[in-house]
Amino acid sequence: MKRQRYRLHSGGRIDRGDERSFSFNGRRYFGYAGDTLASALLANGVHFVGRSFKYHRPRGIFGSGAEEPNALVQLGAGARTDPNMRATTTALFEGLRAKSQNCWPALWFDIGGINDRLSGLLPAGFYYKTFMRPASLWKFYEKIIRNAAGLGRAPVDRDPDRYEHQYAHCDVLVVGAGPAGLAAARAAGATGARVIIADEQSEFGGTLLTENGRRVRIGGEAPDEWLNSISAELNDMPEVNMLPRTTAYGNYAHNFVGLMERITDHLPTEDAEGEVRQRLWKLRAKEIVLATGSLERPLVFAGNDRPGVMLAGAARDYVNRYGVSPGSRVVIFTNNDSAYAAALDMAEADIAVESVIDLRSEVEGDLPRRAREAGIPALQGYTVVATSGRHRVKGVSVMRMNDAGDGVTGPVRNLTCDCVAMSGGWNPAVHLFSQARGKLVFEPDRGIFVPGEPVQAIRSAGACNGAFSLSQCIAEGAETGLAAARVAGFEGEHASPTNVSEPADKPQTPVWRAPTDRKGARMFVDFQNDVTTKDLDLAVREGYHSIEHVKRYTTTGMGTDQGKTSNVNALAIVANALGAEIPAVGVTTFRAPYTPITFGAITGRHVGALFDPVRRTPIHEWHVERGAKFEDVGQWKRAWYYPRNGETMRQAVDREVKAARDGVGILDYSTLGKIDIRGPDAAEFLNRIYTNAWTKLGVGRCRYGLMLRDDGMVMDDGVTLRLAVDHFLMTTTTGNAASVLSWLEEWLQTEWPDLQVFCTSVTEQFATISICGPKARVLLTELAPDMTLSGDEFAHMSMQEGMVAGVAARVLRVSFTGEVGFEINVPARYGRAVWDAFMEAGEAHGITPYGTEAMHVLRAEKGFFIAGQESDGTVTPIDLGMEWIVNWTKGDFVGRRSLNRLDTVREDRKQLVGLITTDLETVLEEGAQIVAHVSDAPPMEMIGHVTSSYYSPNLGRSIALAMIRSGRSRMGETLYAPMPAGTIEVTVTKPVFFDEEGGRLNG
Amino acid sequence: MLNIPCPWCGERDVNEFHCGGEAHIARPTGADTIDDAAWADYLFMRQNPKGRHYERWSHAHGCRRWFHIVRNTDSDQILAVYLMDEAPPDVPEPSS
Repeated sequence: MKRQRYRLHSGGRIDRGDERSFSFNGRRYFGYAGDTLASALLANGVHFVGRSFKYHRPRGIFGSGAEEPNALVQLGAGARTDPNMRATTTALFEGLRAKSQNCWPALWFDIGGINDRLSGLLPAGFYYKTFMRPASLWKFYEKIIRNAAGLGRAPVDRDPDRYEHQYAHCDVLVVGAGPAGLAAARAAGATGARVIIADEQSEFGGTLLTENGRRVRIGGEAPDEWLNSISAELNDMPEVNMLPRTTAYGNYAHNFVGLMERITDHLPTEDAEGEVRQRLWKLRAKEIVLATGSLERPLVFAGNDRPGVMLAGAARDYVNRYGVSPGSRVVIFTNNDSAYAAALDMAEADIAVESVIDLRSEVEGDLPRRAREAGIPALQGYTVVATSGRHRVKGVSVMRMNDAGDGVTGPVRNLTCDCVAMSGGWNPAVHLFSQARGKLVFEPDRGIFVPGEPVQAIRSAGACNGAFSLSQCIAEGAETGLAAARVAGFEGEHASPTNVSEPADKPQTPVWRAPTDRKGARMFVDFQNDVTTKDLDLAVREGYHSIEHVKRYTTTGMGTDQGKTSNVNALAIVANALGAEIPAVGVTTFRAPYTPITFGAITGRHVGALFDPVRRTPIHEWHVERGAKFEDVGQWKRAWYYPRNGETMRQAVDREVKAARDGVGILDYSTLGKIDIRGPDAAEFLNRIYTNAWTKLGVGRCRYGLMLRDDGMVMDDGVTLRLAVDHFLMTTTTGNAASVLSWLEEWLQTEWPDLQVFCTSVTEQFATISICGPKARVLLTELAPDMTLSGDEFAHMSMQEGMVAGVAARVLRVSFTGEVGFEINVPARYGRAVWDAFMEAGEAHGITPYGTEAMHVLRAEKGFFIAGQESDGTVTPIDLGMEWIVNWTKGDFVGRRSLNRLDTVREDRKQLVGLITTDLETVLEEGAQIVAHVSDAPPMEMIGHVTSSYYSPNLGRSIALAMIRSGRSRMGETLYAPMPAGTIEVTVTKPVFFDEEGGRLNG
Repeated sequence: MLNIPCPWCGERDVNEFHCGGEAHIARPTGADTIDDAAWADYLFMRQNPKGRHYERWSHAHGCRRWFHIVRNTDSDQILAVYLMDEAPPDVPEPSS
């Protein structure tokens, strides 16, 4: 094939000296710098580029920009592949590789095309209707449907590219750099306001990029010259930031706009190496000027989806901007004047225009007159009733419209063509306006939705505001840009108006469904999702009267193009079928993003090690050196267990647990939440926050406290130490430290502002080393010879300050294991040194570091609950069997009243119990459901669940804690845990398995 | 994304803040004597208006102070900002 057979001899904004090779479906083609993939394909005569989503019908390039529903391709390969990329917005670069989607095994021979023959069997709602019964078969259907669905393929490998986020503020954001946007940016920029102007295309100019100047002058200049001078002016304004290749994809509350800048997508991979691929802007603009232009509306007629049928404006773009002929013989089909500009430009480029078919019988605008003068044949008051050709349109059949405009009459005329350029008029691109919840107003005469009252500081200018002519765009842009800058606090005067000469446009005549004489002809409304007029009619007949329901039932407008070409047509067709006015049916909600954005851009730098902050204790490196396995607790890395010499986890944990009971164990407890609470009302404050009483706690003494939400449910627990009359140190569970601090502050600020109390997080200021076991006291005595540590002098739940290993320390005598235990708190920077001292001195005593898993086993042997494990936000202290900690006489506290609610005093609430299995070695699964009566198959009545379950080496058997309905009245009962591998029999016990009397605490 | 005017720090993005829900829910005193329904009303029942809404916010990643705003839940427009110890301002119901 000759290179670029459909490239025109001259014209276009392409660089004919810079040839680029690319591949499409494995075949090599050539284009030029400045091409899009779509224009380069058309230059090579390739229209047929993909298969439709449902019927797998051959589809061609349809548009020339963001509106493209058909020409979606898989771009690139390997880790750098991107699905569903619009060929029309993909810049051509050397070595670009693209493939068709939605076809198998190949574009030209596609098995799924059978769906097209079966289309009569695939009406709207087919899946809902067919796969409902029997429900059990859904699992089978789902696999097949999921395989058949979808467009391109997501990459499997890790994304090798870098993305970043940029936060920015500006006075005026201008979206769109067409004539209106440029005029707005210039007017706003001239006041000195900080302006950002963004446009999705690589070049600023919008529609001017396709205006060749034969019929249009701006201020006496050709459009190109005007464009160059205004761009230069903007460039010279220091406060104006110009962002090409940047799509404003989302317009959110309070003028927050998301922009996606494509930095290297137009470059070959080797040129993009080391660069950021895409940048996501999070922009807050004082004022927003939308100059987003308009999107052309297709005509809905029989056979309108064949490759070669495209939008007239797009056809004109290809001719004027890219120097490409979309066909060798073109039929134009329109209901408005704009398509005549395409006819004229094609004729001037020596492309054969077979005829203009105009649905209007009276045509009197400037452009049709010039077309007539240029000798372009036109049939007015005619419509296309059918098209022919399978992989490319070969011809159209036309008939005269009847007088009522709802049918056809007279003989059929057949015209030969290989391209149909159609125009159903232009829809203002109101997407961003509507996303920000601005209400739309329907203009019945022109058949368009225009922006009504904005909800935010947003203005619309130009075609997106329904002002289609160039003179209106420039005037409105300038006026709006100035107004926005003034509201943002800047001063400026109106510039003298720009004189524009252009053809006068006559209004379009909306024709929502072109009549035909063919029975059963298919007219496509949504090209990407294969929705026809028949589907919409059927939905209405079946009772779907809300456009939101019709949308979901038929899937119209639900593709990756979000119905840019289909929504208004679908809406009008549904309104007609309902016999309702269009505004009464309403519009579906426009949602961000305007065009798809990548997950890479959304994620930005929040990947890998930067996904979430990691918190490490001052002793962390020691655990790493000892080969500890870690577990994540919130953002903390905690040593989980320390396997030695190839031990399994079970072996390591068993060893650690036994050592803590038989000798001395040591635990890095630095992650414990610590809150310094100070002020004259601190004791009263704790009295209200905890369920027990605090005012009489002696200085230097500790107390365990339980914190409830006001609905009576357990929230957190921990030991709090009184350092002075007005000074406490509260500890919280590791994961709840931040939320407890917020909780305390909320009560202080919002409910009890009269209390004089300050709370300060000191979690990271202290390293906490916990030792326990029969040899703990001896070891501590060696390291703290000046302290008095005997049982009589240093009682359980008290604190001493003194020197430990030469470091000033607070030592608490507390225990979470049931053994004699000490918590040594030292300034964080001494944590590692003191730990090392303990390890060295402890060697003679067989000191054993233990991790969080052993800690859990030790506390479970004693039946101590863990907030967030036994309790889950639906558990009261009474449910936990902890009524002893609720002080009813001290007065009100958070959660008190709720403990007497009808629901919380029920006898059949889930209560904390122990479970033991008949087989000593069987360890229940945490989360396993418990039943009283086993049946052969589910459903069975579940009466509770296992919350903690371990093997206890001290008891030589498995143990479990569980929340069981009326558990405390079930002691000794046999219950069951039905598991996939078989049912496990369990016996209900008290939730304490070891040293029930607590004698070891004083051992 | 809301732009919240913290009375202490000025305008900041909403992701620096924590929303505490409806404001001016009085916590009953002498709770022992009130019935379950009244207590449940305090605990669980909240307005969900389209339009004017008095609500509590805390500048969690800033000054950590609680304050009030009046917000139009329909347009997200912030109609008033006031401190914890100030009486709720009389803001007219916005017309929808």
